[in-house]
Amino acid sequence: MDLVTLKELNEYRRKRIAAIVVTNLSDGKDRIVAEGDAVPGELGDPVASAFRSGNSVAVEAEGSSYFLNVHLPAVRFYIVGATHISQALGPMAKLAGLDTTVIDPRTAFATEERFKEVRLSTDWPQDFFKHNPLDHWCGLAAVTHDPKIDDPALIPALEAGCFYVGALGSRKTHVKRLERLGSAGLTDEQLQLIEAPIGLNIGASTPAEIAVAILGSVISAIRSRGAMA
Amino acid sequence: MTQLHDELTIAQEWVAAGKNVAIATVIETWGSAPRPVGSHLVIDADGNFEGSVSGGCVEGAVVAEALDVLSSGSPNMLEFGVADETAFEVGLSCGGNIRVYVEPVV
Repeated sequence: MDLVTLKELNEYRRKRIAAIVVTNLSDGKDRIVAEGDAVPGELGDPVASAFRSGNSVAVEAEGSSYFLNVHLPAVRFYIVGATHISQALGPMAKLAGLDTTVIDPRTAFATEERFKEVRLSTDWPQDFFKHNPLDHWCGLAAVTHDPKIDDPALIPALEAGCFYVGALGSRKTHVKRLERLGSAGLTDEQLQLIEAPIGLNIGASTPAEIAVAILGSVISAIRSRGAMA
Repeated sequence: MTQLHDELTIAQEWVAAGKNVAIATVIETWGSAPRPVGSHLVIDADGNFEGSVSGGCVEGAVVAEALDVLSSGSPNMLEFGVADETAFEVGLSCGGNIRVYVEPVV
């Protein structure tokens, strides 16, 4: 590997930018492609598909063998609200491979007892996200029903362009939420990115079923990233 | 926030410290292979290594090959399989085949 490629790769990984090392296996030459870079020629399609799937792969193109090594940032998932739904959603999201954290400043809800399997924070969301900045590779579900806690999480999530932002609550509650967030300075375009009602429409009714619906939406948002860009 | 620290950052540190470094990468796997395609093992000219390409089954051979690659300066493709059918049938993780690309950092 070219030392320049190695340095660039580590820099992209530090900055949490998706990148692919493209190595020509015939002559050993390599280069790095960051997500969004134009890749002309026969490698364009396999590179785009590798960014979507996250799977590294050997391909034949332009008369040579190439290896595409995909480096995607770890996907982080924040659940705001240490509720009954979160007790199911936290472990499920972790099983699905998401780096999952539950945030709730209400220490009666956010107990180690109730959340043995996932990372837990009792910080207020506005404080937590000041120290743990959000990015495109983060998803967030706000499920407290309490604007005091949900709003200061939704605002930084929408500003950071998180790949998924969902908020629990009825359509009526959501209308009020949009008014509040609008007055807080978010644009209509940003507000439209909130999934509400939250989760896939599968008729979910129990907390565990709602967790499945939310996780389905999150996975769908990750996998369709390429289509959204 | 935790700092990124793994075999690829270690490889860069080794180079910065003046060492010759090779990188081995899993290019393809068949059957049950313990480490996914894209996994790395990094090796310096003294035979120190970090990371893994197989979970222990073929690391020794890859390290030996890496030392050759470092002295010749040319990359090489290695293929490993496990012929032991008994091991395969009881589901040992070494029942797969892997192709590993070994290259110097230049």
